[in-house]
Amino acid sequence: MAPAKKNDAPGKLIAVEGLDGSGKSTQVYLLKRWLELEGYKVFFTEWNSSAIVRKATRKGKKRQLLTATTFSLIHCTDFADRYERQIMPLLHAGYIVLADRYVFTAFARDAVRGCDRAWLRELYSYAVPPDVTFYFEVPLKTALGRILDGRTSVKYHEAGMDMGYSKDPYESFRIFQGKINQEYRRMTREYDFIKVDATEPPDVQQTKVREIVESKIDLPRYRWHGSMFPRHVS
Amino acid sequence: MARLDVSPARVITMLKSKRFYGKGLPGVDLEQLKGQLIVVEGADGSGRSTQIDLLRNWLERRGHPTVNVGLKRSTLVARELEQAMNGNILGTRTLSLFYATDFADQLENRIIPALRSGFIVLADRYIYTLMARSIVRGVEPAWIRSVYGISLIPDAVFYLTVSPKILVERNLRKHLVLDYWESGMDMHRTSNMYGSFIEYQRLIQKELKAMQELYGFETVDGNRSPRAIQHELRAKIEVILNGKVHRSQEGSDDSDSSERIARTATTLANGSKRDRASVRRQSATGHRSVDRLSE
Repeated sequence: MAPAKKNDAPGKLIAVEGLDGSGKSTQVYLLKRWLELEGYKVFFTEWNSSAIVRKATRKGKKRQLLTATTFSLIHCTDFADRYERQIMPLLHAGYIVLADRYVFTAFARDAVRGCDRAWLRELYSYAVPPDVTFYFEVPLKTALGRILDGRTSVKYHEAGMDMGYSKDPYESFRIFQGKINQEYRRMTREYDFIKVDATEPPDVQQTKVREIVESKIDLPRYRWHGSMFPRHVS
Repeated sequence: MARLDVSPARVITMLKSKRFYGKGLPGVDLEQLKGQLIVVEGADGSGRSTQIDLLRNWLERRGHPTVNVGLKRSTLVARELEQAMNGNILGTRTLSLFYATDFADQLENRIIPALRSGFIVLADRYIYTLMARSIVRGVEPAWIRSVYGISLIPDAVFYLTVSPKILVERNLRKHLVLDYWESGMDMHRTSNMYGSFIEYQRLIQKELKAMQELYGFETVDGNRSPRAIQHELRAKIEVILNGKVHRSQEGSDDSDSSERIARTATTLANGSKRDRASVRRQSATGHRSVDRLSE
């Protein structure tokens, strides 16, 4: 196992990043639908979704057992599980892997919680950099509005209540998201993010996203070949 | 090995203040950690737990409040980790990180608060076993060391070494069966469990020996009677509790344990590049294996 420098598997990795409320999940969903319907091999993976690890994460969050370090490590464990058992094998099998949040989410959130930035980068050094990283850029106010409008509650960790910024969850959420936004901005200088203006209408954004994917990835190579069941068998 | 040009008094002050191996934990004031962290490392069947029980009795009889910690005992993930291991479905890196989470939870919620209150923390294994297990399974040494850069440097690490043949006998006598993981069966090297156990324990011992130099362990011959081992441990811990530097080896080629720990503290706390360079210098006379750690 060597630290990952670049993706030399036949598959391609596309990551989407951005604040809660930036609309990135909608955009990656539409991208996935398009690629599927066009007949490409696609796999979609979401942050914090490994079945085995998630139980522990949920307990830790519910009982407020997590510190900055254990919060970071448990999410890295979750990521490693998806990475070792799905992302890597599927990249080797020639899939286009779509990741709703990737290591950059950890870099932003965990740094705000107080983890050392260099330690975080080392922690995730085993993960290959994405072939394309979309960063959905949105003014903080817009993102906050999208999340908070019509919501009756904000979750404890989502609001960064563990940071003790404010007793009011909404105020805490605003402060926390503002700090995450600063971390993302810092990373736009460090990493090769493709910025998407997330204030534009969703279909306009999607058109742009698809154009970029088409220009960066030789899509025909990722088409399913023939029927799943060869004719002479079925 | 060259002697350090630090006076005994200086070594004591270095020992008094705790340090992290690497980047450490956010929000911890090291000055406040007044207790002592004592680690006993060794394989299953090395007599580790027996020795820790005896140490605890001894320390508590002398009026030292004591806390025991060990692997897979965190509130946060112990049960989930156990379940995942029973299913044996996690990849090597995932398992390494799961263990690191378990360790970090205990470090922050048990070890550090206890040290802050002036307790003696007896750790039934620490990061070294965890690192060795990951390394023999192919994880990069530099990566796993960086992950455990969050950990405190113990005041003493005693490594109980027992020959694999004796380990296998003790384990069979006690349980009549060998543990799947302690036999390295997940590595699928052979279907012969007896042979696999011995081979796996040799690999782990090799890694721990390589770490010994870097991390300043005290090796304790675990092939002897429990009494003899306990006697040696108490004598060594006595020295630490008295805050005195062990001078028995003065004039010999080898620097003594307190200095070794202090030196490790210095080299490891100073970041990886200088650390690597100094490890190479220190190991110039031997220990080729140490170079593997510093890759």
